[in-house]
Amino acid sequence: MSATTTPAAAKPLPTIDPVSKGFWDLANRGRLSVQRCDDCGHRHYPGAPVCPRCLSKDQSWEPVSGRATLLSWVRFHRAYWEGFAPEIPYVVILVQLEEGPLMISNLVGARAEDVPIGAPMEVVFERATDQINLPKFRPLQG
Amino acid sequence: MDDFRALKDKIAIVGVGNTAYGSFPETDDYGLGAEAFRRAVADCGIERDKIDGLLVCRVPYYARMGQILGLNPRWTITLPPHGRMSAMGIIEAAAALHAGLCDYAALIYTNIGRSRRVNYGGDESPGFWDPWGMTSPGAAHAMMFRRHMALYGTTTRQLAEVSVAFREHAILHPDAVMKKPITIEDHENARPICEPLRLLDYCLINDGAVCIIMTTRERARDLRKRPVLISGFGAREAYTESSIANFDLNFWYDEAQDMARQAYGMAGVGPGDVDAFMCYDNFSPTVLFALEGLGFCGRGESGPFVEGGTLKLGGKLPTNTDGGHLSNSYMQGWALNVEAVRQVRGECGERQVPGAEVVQFAAVTPCCRTIIYTPG
Repeated sequence: MSATTTPAAAKPLPTIDPVSKGFWDLANRGRLSVQRCDDCGHRHYPGAPVCPRCLSKDQSWEPVSGRATLLSWVRFHRAYWEGFAPEIPYVVILVQLEEGPLMISNLVGARAEDVPIGAPMEVVFERATDQINLPKFRPLQG
Repeated sequence: MDDFRALKDKIAIVGVGNTAYGSFPETDDYGLGAEAFRRAVADCGIERDKIDGLLVCRVPYYARMGQILGLNPRWTITLPPHGRMSAMGIIEAAAALHAGLCDYAALIYTNIGRSRRVNYGGDESPGFWDPWGMTSPGAAHAMMFRRHMALYGTTTRQLAEVSVAFREHAILHPDAVMKKPITIEDHENARPICEPLRLLDYCLINDGAVCIIMTTRERARDLRKRPVLISGFGAREAYTESSIANFDLNFWYDEAQDMARQAYGMAGVGPGDVDAFMCYDNFSPTVLFALEGLGFCGRGESGPFVEGGTLKLGGKLPTNTDGGHLSNSYMQGWALNVEAVRQVRGECGERQVPGAEVVQFAAVTPCCRTIIYTPG
């Protein structure tokens, strides 16, 4: 529908800054990553200018498995941005990566009611712009 | 240095005031704040010129507020327009009064969000997870409540008990915005905003202002009303998951437990001694999380606990007797602290809890705060 009417209003895009650039560079190559402290090994997401555990400034983006657990989900019936209006109602999920950090994302390839809390999930990428490849999650296949 | 518990029963709320609640596009933040201040001054009979401390929350500019009220205090604090600030501000004022940084503090909260069409989501409050469409404090609470449902079997009908109880109280409260009775079925049939939450799980957005005047227990004796003492308080923040605003994977349980230990220990009471409970209720699930975190019921047991009118006047734990944020007014915790004071004073008329002597306020949020009020 939106393709044949006026161009869809833009959705908000991630901010690419010196901290997050490494994450989006890897995402563009189809790899999910978390920030890992070079000194203490702490893994966290979103990225931070210093390690929240040891305050080291030496950190790297480390690719992760892409596997996660579904912790919760909601379904928006209101669009706070015009860009989401055509998708109402849309689902937002909370997952915990196998490596620990939490991520907010969207559910792909299933109805939320059919995916129990605690279900294993895996990352898939959906390209938003030339620069941004957004990680989303679907129930773990096979 | 004193332990914080040295403040037990040392500081009193002496004056409270609030404006009418509703939609007031003809005035502004300062007009509302000035009216609440006038009423709080009249409530306690203080000479305006004695007020030498000013704390403002959601007021655009503290100095303009001071100019309007003719105040040139020696202590000023301004707090951001977040719901979690009310008890934080009251505790800060108590510490300042105890330290002698001021002798009489006026705390003023204003909100003209109704007339300004505030949304609490989207580009108005940008967040890290916007690209996935995750926005608004309501959605964060929906995310937590879905998890609570999965972990403990809590139902939306149990959640409805919160909204229904507070609406009953609002009907008894002359100032309250929402006066139409609602049932559990009404809650279940309300339009979904962010599932599993529906319209009746969301707080109001309305205009209004609140003022609280505080001083030391000794100075309080010279004022008109019986002082209401701050007998205990507790605090703990949960910032670890703050990229998801207004969210905690464990429903702020550990932080609420920590603040409860502090406050009950300081006041020398326990949850069973609380005659009335004023619970920050930006969204109905917050109340369930608070009941568990403070130990009014066991962990995961808040759903069954609230069934059958537990939170209503006459129930086991009368809660938000003014109607709360869900049905009275969106004064971000400040009006609930005023209601606590009025309950301890016995000024609540039809919604009075008979013999209320221990009244507790709590906000279970990324900044957990609780205050226990008793008669002076």
